Amino acid sequence: MKLTWLGHHHGPRNSLVHRLPASVKLGGAFAVILGTVLAPPDWGGWYVGVALLLAGVTALSRVPPLFLLKRLALLSPFVLGVALVNALQPAARTSWLLVLTRSALCLATVVLVSNTTAFSEMLSVLRRVRVPSLLITTLALMHRYLFVLVDETERMQRARASRTFARGRRARWQTLATVLSQLFVRASERAERIYAAMCARGWK
Amino acid sequence: MHIPDGFLDGKTVVATTALSAMGLGWALRQVRRELPPRRVPVLGLAAAFLFAAQMVNFPVAGGTSGHLVGGVLVAALLGPSAAVVVLATVLIIQCFLFADGGVLALGANLFNMGLLGAAGGAVVYRLVCAALPGTQGRVTAVAFAGWCSSVLAALGCAGELAWSGTVGWSAGFVAMTSVHLLIGLGEGLISALVFLAILRARPDLVLTAGEPGAQAGWGVLVRYGLLGALGLAVWVAPFACPWPDGLESVAARLGFEHKAIEPLLPPVAPDYRVPGVAWAAGATAMAGAVGALVVFGLAWLLGRWLVRKPEPAGGTNLEAP
Repeated sequence: MKLTWLGHHHGPRNSLVHRLPASVKLGGAFAVILGTVLAPPDWGGWYVGVALLLAGVTALSRVPPLFLLKRLALLSPFVLGVALVNALQPAARTSWLLVLTRSALCLATVVLVSNTTAFSEMLSVLRRVRVPSLLITTLALMHRYLFVLVDETERMQRARASRTFARGRRARWQTLATVLSQLFVRASERAERIYAAMCARGWK
Repeated sequence: MHIPDGFLDGKTVVATTALSAMGLGWALRQVRRELPPRRVPVLGLAAAFLFAAQMVNFPVAGGTSGHLVGGVLVAALLGPSAAVVVLATVLIIQCFLFADGGVLALGANLFNMGLLGAAGGAVVYRLVCAALPGTQGRVTAVAFAGWCSSVLAALGCAGELAWSGTVGWSAGFVAMTSVHLLIGLGEGLISALVFLAILRARPDLVLTAGEPGAQAGWGVLVRYGLLGALGLAVWVAPFACPWPDGLESVAARLGFEHKAIEPLLPPVAPDYRVPGVAWAAGATAMAGAVGALVVFGLAWLLGRWLVRKPEPAGGTNLEAP
């Protein structure tokens, strides 16, 4: 899975939706997802209503609809797998179309929220609802260094590709394992430097 | 493996969220108690490492590719509680930032990959380590536990989907476990290779049995094992066990028995139903045990072969600064 496929839309960030407080957006999204997952199958109106609401939010936030549709298409591996299994056993009790509708609506909700809310604002909401501080520190550090390490992996992969030519499958596994182990070593060394920097700035 | 929203129903969401919250709470408390402050940033960086590592694809037979999941690798490097926290962080970021895995399914995903995969795998790792001493034993343990974690997570996933009534148990069980019996081999191999490479490059980064964080192990591991077993008992046992149990009667009273209980095989004749199903479940368990033994043998051979060799083949060029 490439990061660019899952990436975010970097457009103008000053729409009404962007300016809403993060707690309102997260709370609303949670309510929408909860309602969509738990709504009985015969509540057709609920699903239509949520779809219209999401379309309205998309228009207001100026997230391009095409971006949203592309992102929805990535749901397909799991959905296709389950569809295949269901095709082998047609006796499943939940209608397939219903599951598809539900997961598409929930996914669109999360994509909209994550594209209009800064991660630090989401973290401050989590802090307000008393999520343990160790988990929040870990989340913040992971978010900060996630892209750094993904870039570092790509650089190491490029370096490997430019140095190793066609070799057997065994050597390829061994080399990739070395790349991953180096990545872990570098991440740990970075963590040591970060700890020193945190202490220098008065952490704990 | 990331279950999206809409695939699980209300009772499964509540049950999985409750069990995962309990497990994550234990893990956080445990980590806060025994992790020195110096190691706190390591958790965040290990989570970022895992996220980046999951994007590196490995060639598998037939032109397909797989990638590391890494629960057991992190558990072997940092300890089981740290692994649960790291997996939870990865899953939360994947869910909220990249919309990979559902919000309400977060509990189920954390249970499958964090508690069954990483903590359950850590239990297997420690058991094998206790039986086989030395570096060779640890590599064998990582390889075998990696395979087990993949299969356990698949089992949990199939059980949750079946309990929700999204995918029938027999079809889901066969599809999920058969695929992950193979994927698990790759997971075990990669975890063992990466673990050994880290052990050779920076042995100080790997948790050793002497460290306080590692030694508090057994009680904590038993607790994680019981939690995982409880979850599996709730959403796998109703399908795998042929005889009626307490859960079945509770289900009947609550009125969802038509949803939760489904015979493993269609009854041929009422008289043969229970013996037939019992035999099928027994045969499945037997096949699973034989498969596990074979994989354990492979893991042992891998450990022997890798540790005997003085230098890993290829790849050493990257270790130069």
